[in-house]
Amino acid sequence: MDIYQEKILDHYHSPRNTGTLEHPTHRHCANNPTCGDKICITLIVENNIIVDIKFTGEGCAISQAAASMVTEKIKGDTTENALKLTRDDIVKMLGVEIGIGRIRCALLGIETIQKAIQCGQVNKN
Amino acid sequence: MNIQDIKQDFPIFARQKDLVYLDSAATSLTPQTVIDKLCDYYTTYNANIARGLYKISAQATEEFEMSRGSIAQFIGANENEIVFTSGTTMSLNMIAHGLAHNITSQHNIVTTVLEHHANFIPWQQVCKNVKAEFRVAVLTDHDEVDQNDLLELIDENTRIIALTHVSNVLGTIIPLQDIIKKIRIKNPNVIIVVDAAQSIAHVPINVRDLDCDFLAFSIHKIFGPTGVGVLYGKKDQLEKLQPLFTGGEMIESVSTCDTTFRELPHRLEAGTPDIAGVIASRTAVDYLLHIGFETILTHEKELLTYCMEQFHDHFGQEIRIIGPQNSVNRSGLISFTFGSFHPHDIATILDDSVSVAIRAGQHCAMPLHMESLHLNATARVSFSVYNTKQDIDTLIVGLHAVQKTLS
Ligand SMILES: Cc1ncc(COP(=O)(O)O)c(C=O)c1O
Repeated sequence: MDIYQEKILDHYHSPRNTGTLEHPTHRHCANNPTCGDKICITLIVENNIIVDIKFTGEGCAISQAAASMVTEKIKGDTTENALKLTRDDIVKMLGVEIGIGRIRCALLGIETIQKAIQCGQVNKN
Repeated sequence: MNIQDIKQDFPIFARQKDLVYLDSAATSLTPQTVIDKLCDYYTTYNANIARGLYKISAQATEEFEMSRGSIAQFIGANENEIVFTSGTTMSLNMIAHGLAHNITSQHNIVTTVLEHHANFIPWQQVCKNVKAEFRVAVLTDHDEVDQNDLLELIDENTRIIALTHVSNVLGTIIPLQDIIKKIRIKNPNVIIVVDAAQSIAHVPINVRDLDCDFLAFSIHKIFGPTGVGVLYGKKDQLEKLQPLFTGGEMIESVSTCDTTFRELPHRLEAGTPDIAGVIASRTAVDYLLHIGFETILTHEKELLTYCMEQFHDHFGQEIRIIGPQNSVNRSGLISFTFGSFHPHDIATILDDSVSVAIRAGQHCAMPLHMESLHLNATARVSFSVYNTKQDIDTLIVGLHAVQKTLS
């Protein structure tokens, strides 16, 4: 099946949760070295709940749409659940087969978020 | 020569009926004769070389050494100046690390910003290891190697200059013969290393005329099998190379206190090589020469010109061609950007919609993309003898599909 389904194109053309949070508790930026795709994530976590999340980025339709979709998916959920998301969960979320050539694009968003939660804590002072 | 006939030499087109292969700069397709030669080794004289004292081993050794002769002739070298490796990357690493013992913190190594990572990182690493200076020449406003800048970077402390012959992103054929002459005037002692990975399929090379000290290329880019590369070195320069690998097949005698190495080039070929691959390399070179550089170049130029015209007629300013805007000093490839579409999306949609295979990304040339072109990625189409104008028409249909899908 063609990977450029309506849902993906919708998130690509109008990504959700874009921007940068002013007072994040966590942040992280990462890129995909094979194509230069880039994602920056800011999060506000309170009592292990992801209260708010925003991302900025540039890159292909798959990386940007997947990032947009995953921010929607985890907003309001626990950090524990966000850390548990796997490659299979992301493929299921996208609803299309992602070939080996594009899987890194699809995972860039979630991997950046997980990195932010794990080691991107922002110093309060 | 009829191109439809040429297509029939490549069995992949019979299996992949819709395939439009526009990625020959990454690896070329393989003609039946080469595949047969590979099979022939495994089915008829499958034996190790240079050690067995029986008939089929002698045959394998002979076939192997005949390939060395063909490759030497192909680039105008002597047989003992040809070392078989696994590819350009291995050749360049063997040169860089094999020369490192002659480099100190007083020295510098010069290269350019448009190098493939394979001709960039090994030199950068060597410089880092011995604290030598790593100097990188920039491009002119027209995306050509800035010869003035390059020559300015060379001084009496320059030990090595590493240059590509054809850029795998810009397609530019660099006037190396001319540049090397100028380098020799500036510093006659410098060692000049040429990355011929891209040029080998498109430009007839004579290493004596070129006057380089080392030259590296991969057989898989000239219709041959993967896993075979060539390291050419002038005899006296090869002597300076420290073997990076030691072991079987490269020694004369070994005792518990010392080892003496075999003569060149065997000293630099430790272990069992890709015997079938090396043997079939000769068939690949024969195939290329049978078609002939003149036919190849004329055909590729025709496709280049047609492709540029079609890009312009169908998409105008939406397609931006990277590098020189004409086909004069360009080998058979075009890197481009298309509107604001990401090259990865372009490649995926071309494949899905019309089975056109292209390359997208930074093509192992991150310094060029990020520091000179200021682009995160480009799309690249590249041509070979089996491509036709219809392939380009199909590409154009696919690019319309990209526009329709993503707009
Ligand atoms: C200019 C250039 N140098 C080096 C290489 C590396 O060749 P290989 O991957 O066969 O070692 C390539 C291949 O893409 C190339 O285009």
